[in-house]
Amino acid sequence: MAGGISYTSDETTKLSTGEVYAKMLCDLAEQDPRIVTLTADLAKSTKIGAFMERFPERFYNVGIAEQNMFGIAAGMAKCGLIPFTSCFAIFTSCRGLDQIHTDICYQNLNVKMIGSHAGTSFGQAGTTHHSTEDIAIMRSMANLVVIVPADGLETANAVQAAVAHQGPVYLRINRGFDQAVYDSMEYGYEIGKAVQLHDGTDLTIIACGSGVFQAVQAARELASVDGVKARVLNMHTIKPIDREAIMEAVHDTRRIITVEDHTVIGGLGGAVAEVIAEGGMACAFRRLGLQDAFSPIGLHEDLMSHHKIDANGIIETVRELLQLDFEEDDDWTDEV
Amino acid sequence: MGLNLKELRRLEAKANELRHITVDTVLHAGSGHIGGAMSVMDIMTILYYRFMRIKKEDPHWQDRDRFILSKGHAGIGFVSILADLGFLEREQLKTFNLTGSDLGIHLDCTKAPGVDASTGSLGHGLSIALGMAQAARQLNKDFITYCVLGDGECNEGSVWEAAMAVSHYNATNLITFVDRNRCMIDGDTEDVMKLEPFAAKWRAFGFDTLEIDGHSFVELNDAIEHALKAEKPVAIICNTIKGCGIDFMAGDFRWHYGAINEELAEKCHASLGKYYQTRLEGKGV
Repeated sequence: MAGGISYTSDETTKLSTGEVYAKMLCDLAEQDPRIVTLTADLAKSTKIGAFMERFPERFYNVGIAEQNMFGIAAGMAKCGLIPFTSCFAIFTSCRGLDQIHTDICYQNLNVKMIGSHAGTSFGQAGTTHHSTEDIAIMRSMANLVVIVPADGLETANAVQAAVAHQGPVYLRINRGFDQAVYDSMEYGYEIGKAVQLHDGTDLTIIACGSGVFQAVQAARELASVDGVKARVLNMHTIKPIDREAIMEAVHDTRRIITVEDHTVIGGLGGAVAEVIAEGGMACAFRRLGLQDAFSPIGLHEDLMSHHKIDANGIIETVRELLQLDFEEDDDWTDEV
Repeated sequence: MGLNLKELRRLEAKANELRHITVDTVLHAGSGHIGGAMSVMDIMTILYYRFMRIKKEDPHWQDRDRFILSKGHAGIGFVSILADLGFLEREQLKTFNLTGSDLGIHLDCTKAPGVDASTGSLGHGLSIALGMAQAARQLNKDFITYCVLGDGECNEGSVWEAAMAVSHYNATNLITFVDRNRCMIDGDTEDVMKLEPFAAKWRAFGFDTLEIDGHSFVELNDAIEHALKAEKPVAIICNTIKGCGIDFMAGDFRWHYGAINEELAEKCHASLGKYYQTRLEGKGV
């Protein structure tokens, strides 16, 4: 079993998130000959070109044909290989969905799908290249694990965990550089286990992907300016979701905000809402993300601000939420 | 090596037996894709009873030849073979389509032993087959992957994505068949969405393309032997008859999917009996 590889921030500081993914996959492929990669004319864009240079005989560029790519990957997985597909998140989740559904997830095959340029991280390319529905789509596929790493080092952890996991995985990463949340890989990454990045009892901000850095920034400012103690959970795995961490947060803080670079329908916010609704404990709740809308064109950071999923947008929502008056006794039964 | 008389008789008898079993399965299920199951039966028969290297006792044997029924709706015919070979119990065929059965219209490879891929959404099989063929090369294995497409299925753009790639990778360890029965759910393939010039399309995509009678074991045998030695990927367009062997179904697109009762089943069996005799006589067997 491949694994046990660890990078520090010094080793990855000059690498974009995609480059960290490619570096980790190359290192894992040295250990595990079953790993092969496929792309649909996106070797350069998704950075998996590095794998092509190191393992040309294990690299397949199928041209601009996503459906075919996922079908081929399924056939390869059936024969014991571990195919990694590298493609934009939007074309993975929309263009290739029938093959992902039927060939990969239904047959529970060991295919790892990297969806890059996720959310609005390729903001200037416009809505055709924004991927703001993929978490919702992929989360609904049975057998599929859905991971949204917060930064480059977490991506390295997630790639390693994806190889160790037997079964299909969707790994959603951004274009370019993510602001660093972690300075090492040693923080106990585990599929399905949220990571607490900031402790607090007044409310909890549950975030994934690029929202995590913003949530931490917001929590720090809220602590220093407002004296508010905000808990921050990095919910890197959307499926299976960490129900325990969510319900603990509801119990301890009674106010929950989710943050994602994705529509609020069916993604992280939807997943958390489902857990809370079934959990039997009421709480104040807000979902930050695209409000049933396509995004305008622009730089990623500008779009995050526009959609109020940057630190300022989160702080604004926190202040609003903290003004809400609601029952805070310890008797939950009357709220079920 | 061409087919000798004894081998030809064996295949004819087996195909006939499998068609009768399929009628019984459709009867138990109440209805089924009988037309396409009958048209593809001879292709599947020669593959499973003459060419494919499989181990009946080990459906997951890693070195086995693979078979992808891309036209997954013909599963009701395919299960006749799986039961005859012993991958399934014959009694299981009586559960086809019943609630909770392991066997449904489009076979689930995680439930039906001997099925190499779950198919049903059309236009998927050739890509999966190519993935298997490329995996064979990656793993230094010499197994052959056989893939059967429906002709109507070739309306799907993904078939041509896959065809382009089979040619690009020169996947000579993959043999592509098209069951050219000229019928799809809503009518004649040429009326619904024209496929012709069909062979020219496959040739343009880089295939060594053969056009044969898909109900002639002699022609099927020659084509497969050619394909196994070819230096570029081979597509075998098998001209077939939908509902082959059953006089009141033959060539009628309305029998893509249909219901039969005891009375119709008897007529099917009687017609298949006559058809078998005609085939033997016509070929001097």
